[in-house]
Amino acid sequence: MDWQALNVSLLLAALTALILTPIGILVARKLAWSQFPGRNLAQALITLPLILPPTVLGFYLMISLGELSFIGRLYEGMAGESLVFSFEGILLASVIFNIPFAVQPVQRSFEAIPHNIREAAWCSGLSGWQTFWKIEVPLAWPGIVSAAILTIAHTLGEFGVVLMVGGNLAGETRTVAIAIYDRVQAFDNAGAATMSAALLMISLLSITLIYFLTDRAAVNVRR
Amino acid sequence: MSGADTLHVRLEQTEPIPLDVTLTCKTGEILVILGPSGSGKTTILRAISGLYTPVAGSVRCHGEQWLDTAAGVDLPVQQRNIGMVFQNYALFPHKTALQNIMLPLTRAGKEQKRTVAENLLQAMNMQGLGERYPHQLSGGQQQRVALARALARDPRVLLLDEPFSAVDQQTRRKLVRELVGLRQRFKLPIIHVTHDLNEARRIADRLCVIHHGKTLQSDTPDQVMNHPGNADVASLIGHYNIFRAKVISHDHDAKTTTIEWQDQTLSARYRPEFETSEETDWVIPADSIILHRRDRPSKGERENPVKGLIDELIPLGENTSVTMSTGQDRFIYLSVPTHVARRNRLEQGGDITVSLLADSIHLMKTQSADDAD
Repeated sequence: MDWQALNVSLLLAALTALILTPIGILVARKLAWSQFPGRNLAQALITLPLILPPTVLGFYLMISLGELSFIGRLYEGMAGESLVFSFEGILLASVIFNIPFAVQPVQRSFEAIPHNIREAAWCSGLSGWQTFWKIEVPLAWPGIVSAAILTIAHTLGEFGVVLMVGGNLAGETRTVAIAIYDRVQAFDNAGAATMSAALLMISLLSITLIYFLTDRAAVNVRR
Repeated sequence: MSGADTLHVRLEQTEPIPLDVTLTCKTGEILVILGPSGSGKTTILRAISGLYTPVAGSVRCHGEQWLDTAAGVDLPVQQRNIGMVFQNYALFPHKTALQNIMLPLTRAGKEQKRTVAENLLQAMNMQGLGERYPHQLSGGQQQRVALARALARDPRVLLLDEPFSAVDQQTRRKLVRELVGLRQRFKLPIIHVTHDLNEARRIADRLCVIHHGKTLQSDTPDQVMNHPGNADVASLIGHYNIFRAKVISHDHDAKTTTIEWQDQTLSARYRPEFETSEETDWVIPADSIILHRRDRPSKGERENPVKGLIDELIPLGENTSVTMSTGQDRFIYLSVPTHVARRNRLEQGGDITVSLLADSIHLMKTQSADDAD
């Protein structure tokens, strides 16, 4: 078991979820309840990472974060190091390719809240912010948790994008998924098997947890 | 504007939902807005509450201007302090009944919130059910929680949007009684929206009939029922027998007005404000149409006798609904006890003669005359 790779994977997954959850909530809420020009395009862009081959997404990210790109030069100017082939680079890539997982479950949850529930909160004297915290977030909570779990699970399993943007640098960009590939290349099937089993268990637990939470939410919100 | 303890509403717009509404509701009064589905009733409530801003209008409550589009005043819903009961209650599903009622009490301490909420639950006969979630309550109980939540903030006005539409008849009767009782306890203007005429008649102090977003008539229920302002109001409050005629003369001594209808003259309730030769709509309630018995003269049968053929006869339990034709596409609807229909051998296609009680013939200005006013 490559504990260093597991460490990188867990840190990457945790930070991705931490960064994406609040962004996901705001974007999902906007998409669920607002009509604005370009809404469909925004939804399409958010869904795009789901259907693009990881290598295609990884390629574009590598180009747009590379030393010749504006973002790459800006980052290098500030941090003194390159964004590609760094942990920060794969974190940024991870945030981008996880957007659909962080947004869509939350959006569905917000959409399921009847509009008159929010109006009832306003009529009860609750401000927009109080309504958000006391009514909207608790009702959308299963979706928010599902999104966070999906983001973590998906980050742990992501291979193509991370490899394209981060390469395979031990302790920096080598995640469990890349370590498994690395082990197979080195004919260490036993090492690959242990790590594959670990990823399998994490994924299974995540999905079970999502179903459990969704079920519980259905009971709570039943009218 | 007079009446500091009154809610005054004036709404005006042509699009997207036409509105031409003037309402007033005093403290302690239940004003029922009656109208068919899609007539704009809910939009009026939403405009009063601040959930909807009309193109032009003003809402003034207890001397405080909530909306004045001309002056650019439009208080947000939170600052209007209204209590609103939504059609499907809109209870917060993740909170218990007690928590639902405590939520509007944003400024009170936790203990105070609990006491107020428990007292309200008690007032709604809901003791012991405070810890239940909305999905664990019946429709009537949810409705009571919604009402308690609406009253929790000590609102300036209570707005009820078809609150009894989702409960069974028995619960509805009970809730109607409770609501009328609440009016004694909580002194505030109450606006109740419904399309149910019987419900409206039972609870209204004042009845406001709305159609296509326009106030057609606003008066006491008795006045609206017995003296509908025009043919639209008459139709909306359940009258079938609405016709057009011409005023012939007024008999000031006998206190009757004579009209010409379908080549015959009819005596009607005295209405000297109508001019001779003026076109008028008239209405007669079905229970003021008397069937002439075949075997012997009936009481009042000399009064406005009308002959016709029975077009349709539908027994509806104790009563039978009779449609009589008095000419091409001209029908009078009446209801007679089923045993009377049998005894008089009423049958489809057969002859029928009825009397229209003069004092029940109510003349109304025609719509075109209304518009010209």
